[in-house]
Amino acid sequence: MAASTTICPSTSFIANKNELGLSGFVTSRLPCAKRFGGVKPGRKVVAVMAPPQKAERLPATTGSVKNAMTMTEKILAKASEKPKLSPGENVWVNVDVLMTHDVCGPGSFGIFKKEFGQNAKVWDREKVVVIPDHYIFTTDERANRNVDILRDFCKEQNIKYFYDITDLSDFKANPDYKGVCHIALAQEGHCRPGEVLLGTDSHTCTAGAFGQFATGIGNTDAGFVLGAGKLLLKVPPTLRFVLDGEMPNYLLAKDLILQIIGEISVAGATYKSMEFVGSTVESLNMEERMTLCNMVVEAGGKNGVVPADSTTFEYLKDKTTKPYEPLYSDGSARFLSEYRFDISKLEPLVAKPHSPDNRALARECKDVKIDRVYIGSCTGGKAEDFLAAAKVFLASGKKVKVPTFLVPATRKVWLDLYTLPVPGSGGKTCSQIFEEAGCDPPASPGCGACLGGPKDTYARMNEAKVCVSTTNRNFPGRMGHKEGQIYLASPYTAAASALTGYVTDPREFLQ
Amino acid sequence: MAAASSPSPTFASQSTSPSPRPAFLFNRPFLPSPSNLSFSSRSFSSSPLAPLRCFPFRRTAITVPCASAEVSSSAKAFRGLCYVVGDNIDTDQIIPAEHLTLVPSNPSEYAKLGSFALCGLPSSYTTRFVSPGATKTEYSIIIGGANFGCGSSREHAPVALGAAGAVAVVAESYARIFFRNSVATGEVYPIEVEDRVCQECQTGDEVSVLLEEGGGRLINHRTGKEWKLNPIGDAGPVIEAGGIFAYARKTGMIPSEA
Repeated sequence: MAASTTICPSTSFIANKNELGLSGFVTSRLPCAKRFGGVKPGRKVVAVMAPPQKAERLPATTGSVKNAMTMTEKILAKASEKPKLSPGENVWVNVDVLMTHDVCGPGSFGIFKKEFGQNAKVWDREKVVVIPDHYIFTTDERANRNVDILRDFCKEQNIKYFYDITDLSDFKANPDYKGVCHIALAQEGHCRPGEVLLGTDSHTCTAGAFGQFATGIGNTDAGFVLGAGKLLLKVPPTLRFVLDGEMPNYLLAKDLILQIIGEISVAGATYKSMEFVGSTVESLNMEERMTLCNMVVEAGGKNGVVPADSTTFEYLKDKTTKPYEPLYSDGSARFLSEYRFDISKLEPLVAKPHSPDNRALARECKDVKIDRVYIGSCTGGKAEDFLAAAKVFLASGKKVKVPTFLVPATRKVWLDLYTLPVPGSGGKTCSQIFEEAGCDPPASPGCGACLGGPKDTYARMNEAKVCVSTTNRNFPGRMGHKEGQIYLASPYTAAASALTGYVTDPREFLQ
Repeated sequence: MAAASSPSPTFASQSTSPSPRPAFLFNRPFLPSPSNLSFSSRSFSSSPLAPLRCFPFRRTAITVPCASAEVSSSAKAFRGLCYVVGDNIDTDQIIPAEHLTLVPSNPSEYAKLGSFALCGLPSSYTTRFVSPGATKTEYSIIIGGANFGCGSSREHAPVALGAAGAVAVVAESYARIFFRNSVATGEVYPIEVEDRVCQECQTGDEVSVLLEEGGGRLINHRTGKEWKLNPIGDAGPVIEAGGIFAYARKTGMIPSEA
């Protein structure tokens, strides 16, 4: 495909934005679509406005009403090499990246070998990313064996990206180990706008924050992709969520997605794509956008997308040299429904036991006594999440009243905790603030107790306790004990709750 | 136990065909059974003369009391005891995460997964899907409410149900990954019903699930009530070919079995 210059119009060129195939909903900052084909630091990319394409009408640049498509439809159209797609169509989609981890990898590899042959080779050794992260720091023999199975397969197939771990006693002793797959994918530059990323994990939808189609699949589907490099997918219709208004200093992306899930329920987006636009979304950094897209699956969503913009490109600058082509919803694209939120009116939320859509105001749960707080996972264990929690501890200056577990998602996050200065703290790091607040020391990076895991998993809920958690699901038994009660919350709310020993609105400390 | 002359799920007691064979496994083009999908590492004949999907570990004659899905000669019906659950049965309830170290493509671990099927249900479910100490279920049909299988993408969920001996789930709606995994593996048939059957059936009721062109029926033999079932629909060509692998072979996307 020709490396067409994509367009970065300034506001004065808005008049014909439909022809440029840009979303009509973007207000203040139009997306600057720069092509990064190996941009070295220091070299300036000057974005120019290209004349309407006459030769190859790539989906991104057609804006005509006849072919109006949403972002998700466009990405799938490009990946299935079709000029136009409509929701409901089943198409064979080329896969750009397939991710798997220690829980589903062995099963997927087993199916691949069974169906394609014991000596078959994966379709592209550079497009499979294998990330052990779920049950790592445990003495469970099967769990340990599963990482060995990953290793054997990667060795045999010469898989390029395998973030291995062999020394379980010290994660730092393993040069390749990263941690939670979804965060590692982003940090290692595997997420790129316009691409199709599939993973054997429901929270693969996290990568939609990069303006790509990303969704979770099972072992059999993954086994198929390993051999064929493509998968039959049904094109989902899109629900559009317009989030406008200035983000109050006590809200985080977690509150936004809890608001939405509470609005539409755990099945409100089943088989649908969730597109997040609006000035609030544009103001979010990449990690916050990831949190937003991460819980799309909790509403039943197939995938979530956030249009790529300068925030995205900036994040990707030092992470990938692979060229990518961002795609955007046409101005006249059809959406199944549109929901509008004035963010400035929202308040900190929790999802009460036992469902992510059991939404309640944090301040209305202030009489709920809690036993512990868990800050971690792909949803709430990124650097931004810990910085947020640290902010609350700093504002309070007091110690936590309940055991507070900190599980950084990846090794990079773990390092950040010990190096990044917390704004307004006079140069203290997160780890120092956490220590002063009496939190448990940050644990080895991984999925941890978000989903319970083997019995010896750090911070697993082995008794019926009440926990405020920055994780993504609170169905019965999610973190271990069937009678455990999990309140899903933002890092602000989790930290505030740790300080009082009750579910607490973070405004108690942030205003 | 189903009152039948032949409790084994493999043989059709009303079959007009003389020889016993896995009668209910063929001739259902509109069902989401990847019929040519030799599942996991159960090494079964991959010769073109053995086109049937075979599940030796759960479909062959089992002597212990277990789910008995009696099948009619048209091979489009199941009859057995039903197990009733509510709405939003998520994958952590179907197979708690601590059991995910079991690898489904490993035969002995596949069977073990079955023994844990639905063990995550709260204790308010006093009758368990798999009795304590048992490895298989007595209930071949699961009746659910809305959003069955929500939560994780773990394929272990439909696998555990199938390994335990369930043949079908009849629910108002499904989470997409669970539905997809059920189809891809062929472990259980994810059938849709519009009525609130989970409130009209009780665990232990003997039911029939009849799958017909354009839809089907659920019959509760205890109450005599009948409900319409939605057609499976979706991914037609793939299902007709017998699953994603069979379809890909048929269309030349991947070479025939090595």
